[in-house]
Amino acid sequence: MRAFAYHQPNEISEAVKLLTSVEDCKVLGGGMTLIPTLKQRLAAPAAVVDLAKLPALKGISDDGVTVTIGAMTPHAVVAASPIVQARIPALAHLASEIGDPAVRNRGTLGGSVANNDPAADYPAAVLGLGATIITSAREIAADRFFVGLFETALEPGEIITAIRFPVPVAAGYAKFKAPASRYALVGVFVARFADGVRVAVTGAGAGVFRVAAMEQALSQSFEPTSIASIKIDAAGLTSDIHAEADYRAHLVTVMAKRAVTAASR
Amino acid sequence: MGQVIGIGAAPKRKEDQRFLTGRGNYVSDIKRPGMTAGVFIRSPHAHAVLRGIDKSAALAAPGVVAVLTGEDVAADGLGSLPCGWGISDAKGVPMKEPPFPMLAQGKVRFVGDMVAFVIAETLEQAKSAAELVNVNYEVLPSVVGVLDAVRPDAPQLFDDVPNNVCCDWELGDKAAVEAAFRKAAHVAKLSLVNNRLIGNPMEPRAAIAEYDPGKGHHTLWTTSQFPHVVRFLMSALVLKLPEHKVRVVAPDVGGGFGVKQFHYGEEAVVTWAAKRVLRPVKWVADRSEGYLSDRHGRDHVTEAELALDENGKFLALRVKTLANMGGYLSTFGPNIPTNLYAPLLGGVYTTPAIYCNVKVVFTNTVPVDAYRGAGRPEATFVVERIVDVAAAEMGIDRVELRRRNMIPKEAYPYQTPVLVQYDSGDPMGCLDGALVAADVKNFGVRKAESARNGKFRGLGFSTYVEACGLAPSRFAGRLGARGGLYESATVRVHPAGQVTVMIGTHNHGQGHETTFAQIVCEKLGVPFENVDIVFGDTDRVQFGMGTYGSRSLVVGGAALSKAADKVIVKGKKIAAHLLEASEQDIHFEAGKFSVAGTDRVKTIEEIAGAAYVPHNYPLEILEPGLEEQAYYDPVNFTYPGGCHIAEVEIDPETGIVTLVNYTAVDDVGTVINPMIVEGQLHGGIVQGVGQALYENAVYDESSGQLVSGSLMDYCVPRADHLPMMKVATHSTLCTHTPMGVKGCGEVGTIGSPAAVINAVVDALAHLGVTHVDMPATPNRIWRLLQNASLPVAAE
Repeated sequence: MRAFAYHQPNEISEAVKLLTSVEDCKVLGGGMTLIPTLKQRLAAPAAVVDLAKLPALKGISDDGVTVTIGAMTPHAVVAASPIVQARIPALAHLASEIGDPAVRNRGTLGGSVANNDPAADYPAAVLGLGATIITSAREIAADRFFVGLFETALEPGEIITAIRFPVPVAAGYAKFKAPASRYALVGVFVARFADGVRVAVTGAGAGVFRVAAMEQALSQSFEPTSIASIKIDAAGLTSDIHAEADYRAHLVTVMAKRAVTAASR
Repeated sequence: MGQVIGIGAAPKRKEDQRFLTGRGNYVSDIKRPGMTAGVFIRSPHAHAVLRGIDKSAALAAPGVVAVLTGEDVAADGLGSLPCGWGISDAKGVPMKEPPFPMLAQGKVRFVGDMVAFVIAETLEQAKSAAELVNVNYEVLPSVVGVLDAVRPDAPQLFDDVPNNVCCDWELGDKAAVEAAFRKAAHVAKLSLVNNRLIGNPMEPRAAIAEYDPGKGHHTLWTTSQFPHVVRFLMSALVLKLPEHKVRVVAPDVGGGFGVKQFHYGEEAVVTWAAKRVLRPVKWVADRSEGYLSDRHGRDHVTEAELALDENGKFLALRVKTLANMGGYLSTFGPNIPTNLYAPLLGGVYTTPAIYCNVKVVFTNTVPVDAYRGAGRPEATFVVERIVDVAAAEMGIDRVELRRRNMIPKEAYPYQTPVLVQYDSGDPMGCLDGALVAADVKNFGVRKAESARNGKFRGLGFSTYVEACGLAPSRFAGRLGARGGLYESATVRVHPAGQVTVMIGTHNHGQGHETTFAQIVCEKLGVPFENVDIVFGDTDRVQFGMGTYGSRSLVVGGAALSKAADKVIVKGKKIAAHLLEASEQDIHFEAGKFSVAGTDRVKTIEEIAGAAYVPHNYPLEILEPGLEEQAYYDPVNFTYPGGCHIAEVEIDPETGIVTLVNYTAVDDVGTVINPMIVEGQLHGGIVQGVGQALYENAVYDESSGQLVSGSLMDYCVPRADHLPMMKVATHSTLCTHTPMGVKGCGEVGTIGSPAAVINAVVDALAHLGVTHVDMPATPNRIWRLLQNASLPVAAE
């Protein structure tokens, strides 16, 4: 790890100011990706802005229609939250299966979503639930947020402060864990709302994506059998030593069915 | 007075107090005055010519003390990293043994090959300076797999090693095997791959060296399983230092599994560098560096054929293997796929004729050497898989076919056609025990239950034997060993009766401090708390060959037992004098020397007191003191074995294999501490299950890059991958070790891969699947199902 300047602001405005004025500056959330990257010298920023002391980025609230979770909330807190467990149990379940206990106690919702790792779990829930990403500057709909591999709609100096999740009628998340990393080899989040169903897939491609054919079929009939014959095109899906693209495509259907089953429980 | 805890008891491990309270002392815990930090620059290319190294910018960087390269090694006239075994082909032509310089000279031959060593005041300065060293590589085509490496047009690693073949080795009576095949009623054939593994000890390798110019004395602290061997190889052969001026310390070491039983270039470089810079130098590998430099294991491609008569009696076994050696010969490298492999192809069966040909092949990969089991898991996998293939093809029950060919208990000692003679064993007894423990008779009920849930359930057997307790020196010498394989122990009884044992084995997780103390308790009748075991320091321990090949208890424990016996013999002489009796009348039991038929007694503490305060002592005929030393060279290997039964459930939708039950009944001879034996079996089985289902070292074929280069991509099994295991022992006593022990460190890893894969194949047999290569990953199983005849029903 190379030396860098370390800042721990107490106000969001101060954090934004640092990020926009200091050259070569990185945001530190839970550090689950940034710290290993620094240690391996794959990143060597001149400065790091640690968001740990920003009170506005913490807390979980329920307004009856949506659940809002502060960006610096660790996965373990989301998993154990009575509000999340009662209102969106699939989200609590998803958080409980991220990484291992150490990761769940350090890693944060905002960090995971901002990093947009193609195999991370949270992007599936954010897109699957049609959540709104609240930043230091504006609100961004999930459908416009995830741009590509490790890429988001965030502008330089823009910080995620919270994410607002609509409460679905039912939702489920089914994840095929990569045996070594525990990342999603394929993870599918299915959410049923009064006006339709959303299906979001993580792990399978270069970034989280929705499956329109499954959404339509499940809007007609919210049963695993209604999507059993829907096949995903393997072209463009990830192929690596753990799973070839056609296997991932197959797993999308299997995990989607299991997510529907989980949502129906 | 504390308790005497002897053989067969299961006290908690003595060493765990310090480990669990953070008071262990590992190499990276050690700090020396004026210590510098070293970083290795490793080749990013699998195969390249070194066109030049410009170190000027690095030398000018802040804090840099020195930058050393292969040219400096050559200029100092230093030797090559030695190979401890020299094998020969059928005509007696010795293996090709190209030099293995500690820093690359002229060429690099694998990703991770060491190119330069940068020393600076701090680790970060060394890392920054390393980025400034400009290495000019001329990249060459590379080859990583054995099948590709032996092709005529393959890239050549060494100019004088045609086709990259280090040695075309063989064992067995080829003509007898061919004759048997000609009259066979059935021939079963199997092609298989034994996947490459990475050992992953919890503690990465590390080394610190210091030079004392006043005494001309070197000290090396290293994460080693055998410090005396490192001292000998490094001093005598690499750095050309007088051995009495070199101290090697292997303090607490966090796991080895074979990875730390080699003499590594890093050890030699650090020791050499410390003298050059006249400062202590420390190097600690990070995990990623370990993946690129810890010696890998396994990596075979094999064709096997088993000839049977019409009743299923094995007539002959023929095996052809290509074994990957990586880019250079490591310390034991060529011995593993030859001498530790082919002699085990007899298994627990009466196969009368066996022939094995092994081509030992260089490739542009990390050197391959011993990893837990080392050769014997590969042999067991071949034998136990092809027995299942034969059973399926001939329509004979797998267990029945094994029984028909098993060596009966009465037939021991049993001479195999492949060198080794098993002294003792009862494979049928282990099989019978395991069949009951695994509730095999109700397997059908469980399989039907799985089927109702849309799952395939399979059962797999592995009845195996291994050879361990390395090794009879004379026998090993005939096979090509360049060193001895005995062990030594000193038992020092202190004046007040406490005991310190100095032993040449090394404890890095095996519980030696507990097991060896129990042997001393049993022998000398002293309290458990009064015994300390010292190991891992060439200045404190007389000599030793270290810990590997399940040898510590078998060979080291035997030396300890012998040394304790010598203490008793001397104690009897002292007691005879003090008790005014004849030596023949002195009886020793439970720590007391008594005159037979009387109540006259001296405790071992009193005898020790008299030995060190010899006022009333037979000084004319006996030296003072109570300390004895013994060396033990075994007369044969030991042959633990047993029966493992794995039960798996496969989800056809995802291809996930879940190990649902695991049963092992093993013959490990006398059990000193059943808790430690159980722990060794558990750990060994888990590593074998890892090979069967999860672990795989994968190289990219075009670039030669290690793709599975971290714990994110290389799957070491975790607790939630495993069921609760049933392990038990069914022991016959070894006939030639002093306590009847056989060793238990590797049996789990040797027996389990075949059991698991046999279970996987059994689960898929109804689809026409006859073999599954390791690891049986979900992707691989799904692909098999895609190609199989039956469509997979949707949920």
